[in-house]
Amino acid sequence: MREIAYYEAKLEALREILAADERVHLITDTTTGFLGLSPQRTRFREIAERYPERVISPPISELASCGLGIGAAMAGLRPVVDVVTASFIFEAWPQVVNEAANAFYMSGGQTRAPVVFHVLHGLRGGGAAQHSHSPQAMLWNAPGLEIVLPSSPRDVKGLLKTAVSTDNPTVFLDHGLLFDVRGPVPENDERIPFGQADIKRKGKDVTVIATSYMVQRSLTVADRLASEGIDVEVVDPRTLVPLDFATLLASVEKTRRVVIVDECRQSCGVAAELAARIAEAGFDKLKAPVRRVTTLDVPVPFSRPLEDFISPSEARITEAIRAALR
Amino acid sequence: MLPTLNREQLMDLCRRMFRIRHFEEKLILLHTEGRFSGHYHVYIGQEATGVPALSCLGPDDYLFTTHRNHGHLLARGADPARLLAEILGRRDGYNKGKGGTFHTNVSALGFFHTSAVVAGIIPLAGGAAYAAKAKKSGQITVCLFGDGALEEGAAPESFNIASLWKLPVLYLCENNGKYGRGRAVGAVRSSTMAAYPLTDLPAAYKIPAQQVDGVDAGAVHGAVSEAVKKIRQGEGPQFIEAQTVRWPGSESNWPVVPVPTDVSLAWDSSAVPEAVKEWYRESDPVLTFVRELVEGKVATREEIGQVEEKVREEIARAVEFALASPYPELETALRDVFA
Repeated sequence: MREIAYYEAKLEALREILAADERVHLITDTTTGFLGLSPQRTRFREIAERYPERVISPPISELASCGLGIGAAMAGLRPVVDVVTASFIFEAWPQVVNEAANAFYMSGGQTRAPVVFHVLHGLRGGGAAQHSHSPQAMLWNAPGLEIVLPSSPRDVKGLLKTAVSTDNPTVFLDHGLLFDVRGPVPENDERIPFGQADIKRKGKDVTVIATSYMVQRSLTVADRLASEGIDVEVVDPRTLVPLDFATLLASVEKTRRVVIVDECRQSCGVAAELAARIAEAGFDKLKAPVRRVTTLDVPVPFSRPLEDFISPSEARITEAIRAALR
Repeated sequence: MLPTLNREQLMDLCRRMFRIRHFEEKLILLHTEGRFSGHYHVYIGQEATGVPALSCLGPDDYLFTTHRNHGHLLARGADPARLLAEILGRRDGYNKGKGGTFHTNVSALGFFHTSAVVAGIIPLAGGAAYAAKAKKSGQITVCLFGDGALEEGAAPESFNIASLWKLPVLYLCENNGKYGRGRAVGAVRSSTMAAYPLTDLPAAYKIPAQQVDGVDAGAVHGAVSEAVKKIRQGEGPQFIEAQTVRWPGSESNWPVVPVPTDVSLAWDSSAVPEAVKEWYRESDPVLTFVRELVEGKVATREEIGQVEEKVREEIARAVEFALASPYPELETALRDVFA
């Protein structure tokens, strides 16, 4: 299979989605288009120019843009609203968690809102307190939203295609530090179903459940520990809602040790929820306490050494794996 | 004044106004009896806005409304029985008991989503209009909200986008605060808005905006039909502020009926308590419309009385239906989270 960069896979998905379905409209700053401030962002321009009526730059109005996407979805389009930095989704919070998430339920199943909200989450280096959020756990507290966290070139393409095809509002949380990752991507129209976890690395000693960019970081750690004879299994849920808990649990039952790595804060984060479920369903299988590696419970500091210190770093992941094996 | 419509159409407006009035007066009674829980809002006093305004729309147009939705749904032809069942939380409600008074919507009538968050629908209405424009379907969207919605940031953000992108949307702002707090100076202001008159806000975004007397069915019909025509011609969004005088029964947080409506009150207000007499004489849109029908020789008092009687019977059947409808099965609470 050919290998391409993550950002190329993402752009390929957008191109193919736009070509295949004229209901798809991208509400995005056409100068950054789904790639944030990354150096690759100029590559989006060609897509914007090809579809001037379906790739639209909104004013700096996250609330109205997200609401517009929801309303357009209710009326038959498949809008993808690019909120850019995940911290900005708070500007649109009432529309995302109180309108989109509730629409199907409170209408008694009458109204579908197949909108996609795209954000770039997480610590990106110098984002400081207001541009570094990972809102996936907060979103998980709003039933009605599908939550997607791609981690590889193949996944970003296949999951993005599924995101625009499902009938539910979906938050697609991408991560800017993934853009240069290279990996195999099939040339066909592969769609990766939601609710299907992926074992990114097989191993027998300890399970690492990781999301988004933390998958790549955990794989790096796993490769390093392999030289010490520690065999790490890395499992990526890929979507939190729906969640393929069975695959996560099966891995934990096999290795009987688990470390969960996610960029949410420790308290009430994704790792906290997964740890609770594992404790409820697999406590008797565990040989060691569940370990969490998350962003520490403080606002994100600007200074780079401080940011690294509070992040779920390779060092902290390594340390947690060693602790789980003791 | 009467809308420029034929007799049959005018009598249909009359029927729909009575339907709203008697539905909600009955609803207040049901709440007093403890038949449903939670806070709720009524549309009484605004019938001559919603009914003629919505009669200007086509069957495929989209609508978004708020916590004060009963009047809009009934004006558009919703079944009072299923609406009431929803408000009582019953299985046969339009939303299977999951929406209630705050969120009743009927997608078959073009109401996709009813938000009880002030201004929650204003961004959505722009979206539906955006979709119609993209599909070149000719449909327009009507966004119905109260004056307080203009105080939320969602309003100006959405006006900006609708104006920039020339979206086919009518913002119909129902200001039920005429003579409210500003009564002494005759001001039309129920909220705290620096943009005053309220039309200043949409006008700042270059959206044509006008005020209309919301008690005057003819004025509402004229303004809305003209605005709808312009929107369909591709001129972009329009804004209308319809001013009504708040119904005295809605002045407290929990509505009360000062006097049950009867067509006879249009000519003889002796049964109306003194404290609210002025409203029923001067500002009641239903009684005003009824008087105009008689003065315009469209119908006799007796003919209007017959229309009202039929509506009363219909509402009585709706109450019977709703009370007989069972509560939903408990496990349905876990369904319809995802499509």
